[in-house]
Amino acid sequence: MDRYAVQLLNISKSFPGVQALKDVTFKLKEGEVKALVGENGAGKSTLIKILTGAYVPDQGEIIVFDKKEEKMTPIISESLGISAVYQNLILAPHLTVAENIVLGNEPRRAGFLINKTEMIRKAREALAQVGYEGIIDPNEKLGNLPVAQQGIVAIARAVSRNARVVIFDEPTAVLAKRETEELFRIIKELKKRGVSIIYISHRLEEIFQICDTVYVLKDGMFVGEKPINETNEDELISMMVGRKLRKEIYTKRNIGKVVLKVENIRNKKLKGCSLTLKEREIVGLYGLVGSGRTELARAIFGADPIDEGKIYIEGKPVYIKSPATAIKSSLALVPEDRRVQGLALKLSVRDNINLPIYRHISRLSVINHLKERSIANDFVKKLRIKTPSISTTVMNLSGGNQQKVVIAKWLASKSKVFIMDEPTNGVDVGAKEEIYQLMNELASEGAAILFISSYMPELMSICDRILVMKDGKIVGDVPREEMDEEKLLALAIKEQNGEVSAHEK
Amino acid sequence: MKNNKTKRFSLNTQMVLLIIVVVLWVFLSISSSHFLTYENISNIMRQMAIQGILAVGEVVVIITAGIDLSVGSVVALVNIIMSKMVVSGTPIWITVITVLALATGIGLINGVVIYDLRVPAFIATLGMMTIARGATLLISNGSNVFGLPRSLATFASGNFLGIPNLFWFLLLTVVVIEFMLRNTTFGRYIYALGSNPEAARLSGVNLRAVTYGVYALAGFLWGLGGVLETSRLWMGVPTTGTGYELDAIAAAVLGGASLFGAEGNAIGAFFGALVMITIYNGAVLLNINPFWQRILVGIIVIVTVAIDQIRKRREV
Repeated sequence: MDRYAVQLLNISKSFPGVQALKDVTFKLKEGEVKALVGENGAGKSTLIKILTGAYVPDQGEIIVFDKKEEKMTPIISESLGISAVYQNLILAPHLTVAENIVLGNEPRRAGFLINKTEMIRKAREALAQVGYEGIIDPNEKLGNLPVAQQGIVAIARAVSRNARVVIFDEPTAVLAKRETEELFRIIKELKKRGVSIIYISHRLEEIFQICDTVYVLKDGMFVGEKPINETNEDELISMMVGRKLRKEIYTKRNIGKVVLKVENIRNKKLKGCSLTLKEREIVGLYGLVGSGRTELARAIFGADPIDEGKIYIEGKPVYIKSPATAIKSSLALVPEDRRVQGLALKLSVRDNINLPIYRHISRLSVINHLKERSIANDFVKKLRIKTPSISTTVMNLSGGNQQKVVIAKWLASKSKVFIMDEPTNGVDVGAKEEIYQLMNELASEGAAILFISSYMPELMSICDRILVMKDGKIVGDVPREEMDEEKLLALAIKEQNGEVSAHEK
Repeated sequence: MKNNKTKRFSLNTQMVLLIIVVVLWVFLSISSSHFLTYENISNIMRQMAIQGILAVGEVVVIITAGIDLSVGSVVALVNIIMSKMVVSGTPIWITVITVLALATGIGLINGVVIYDLRVPAFIATLGMMTIARGATLLISNGSNVFGLPRSLATFASGNFLGIPNLFWFLLLTVVVIEFMLRNTTFGRYIYALGSNPEAARLSGVNLRAVTYGVYALAGFLWGLGGVLETSRLWMGVPTTGTGYELDAIAAAVLGGASLFGAEGNAIGAFFGALVMITIYNGAVLLNINPFWQRILVGIIVIVTVAIDQIRKRREV
């Protein structure tokens, strides 16, 4: 247990606007099972991607089995025996189980023909290693298997390549209980054979079951490392969140009457969510990735269908069957991924800002160009959008300015309820402050805002109260006076002990 | 700064095309004494009219990141039905309204199949292309339809203010569609749909209505093309229109339309069609083997788009 399998020394990596990792050193011994934990955006994925060669670090050294790798690439990393199982299984559903297991490493005949018999044999062997021989048919199309078994195939694929270092990135997110237990058995097996393991999970209880040590990242920096039997869940949570408090930007407002009331809405991802938003109120919605926050936002806005539930705007029931009706009911959605859902990137700032209101600024469907331009100019000025002109293509703006264009669009349509899904994502610090400012101003002018974020400090610095989601349910409603990072994270992570929030009754 | 760049770039797309046209025209004027004559120019205009209208229709579809392959078959279907109706004594105006409604309806069906049944536009309109061609052959029994009134032929060869009648239809189409694309809500929604359907939907754009509208409008223009084609041919020819879809797409793309959507306009399609007709016309005047024409057009399409792509990559 003395030799290091992997050493990542003084790694730094930044993306435009974000320092993803700052001087991080990570060492993994042979046969060690190390948990890697941290909040969303703490830098876990970046660190893993540097090890697998998907990203090149700005600074730092990568040493694998005592050999320094000058330039890590996915191919080199694979040949060194590093393999990864990702939470969103990167497999080809149209190929068979066997084809997936040997993909990129097919046994050949005559140099280019695939040796089918050998392929099946290898697949059987790999499935046997994970205890699923005879349960999963190597000839079955992967897409036909239940998701949990697909997860097993991904694991079989990873361990079949003589892996010496296996990375599990949120592997249990898609696994059922039986598969999770199998996974733990497999991990113990691997450990016995001297394979080193990096285990990433938000489910702290799992970490205590199978890991030797736990390594905590926070905001791209190393916080601490502990042997698993010398720590506990509470300590880990406080390590994960314990950061300096940000400047307070909260302003006290007179909260008014209820504008939006959502009652018990359900669909595939939502298991009965209720909430209310009042005039001049900013309500945070916290939850880990996959907790259903985005789905809730989309369901309220009519972007995804709901099976059940009621929505009231200013006390009147409304039936929101599409975003168009939501907009008519003065709802606005700043979607999670502005490039994919929020903006028509090839169109101009002017076109994007006016998109929801063209029907109001046209006569017999001929657009009033003067109005169109003056509206665009007004909001460019008001939100301080940095753009050479209103006819500039949105694609050419920075992330922060793009986000402001999305917000401008909803200001232009005079919305009363704003649902903002990660509005500061990928936005630089200066623009972030401006977006908070803007939210404050909006609320002061009477709007109700539902602010979805994975980043607790920003929620705590601006929200009147914070809702916490977990597994498609709202599990907490924390007023400003009781806000506490550890409490919020605990609500979002920990298994419930039969406690039911006020909204669930 | 960036804005200047994009402006300069969009100028360039049309500029390249204009330069190609000018070079071709100068070259043809020198090498053939027939080229710059009133007859030949009128001839170019007549040839270009139908192809231009189809190119404008196609560009509207392409801006939504769609495609319509049913062009040529719908032209042929309209041609045959119109010929049959007129020959059997139906008044021309009733006939024209009927076939235009039919073509628009076919376009609407394309829209329904594409939006509601989620069939990719390429497949949906490929199917419609085959169906319309089959119907054409079925109705005509595979043979030409003769006996159309002379007035139709006179109309096709006639002029108004010295410009061929057919060309007026093209000019009208370009002006109307260009106006629609630039100044109407429908026009903006077309570009928004082509750039990002999800963003458009979340902004309250009714994607179903826009999709229906675009394919119905395209169908209407194929119908118009078919009516003009009937007057030009002065008979019903069940095999007419073969390959028109490719000419229309080529002209649209030459004119700056991007198959990825949100780029292109009617004027560009007009110039694209002009380049192609000039090549066809010049090849005839210069006695070049007609089979070479297609090869030339193919090369020009690929080269123009490649130049465009290279320039775009540099922009980014």
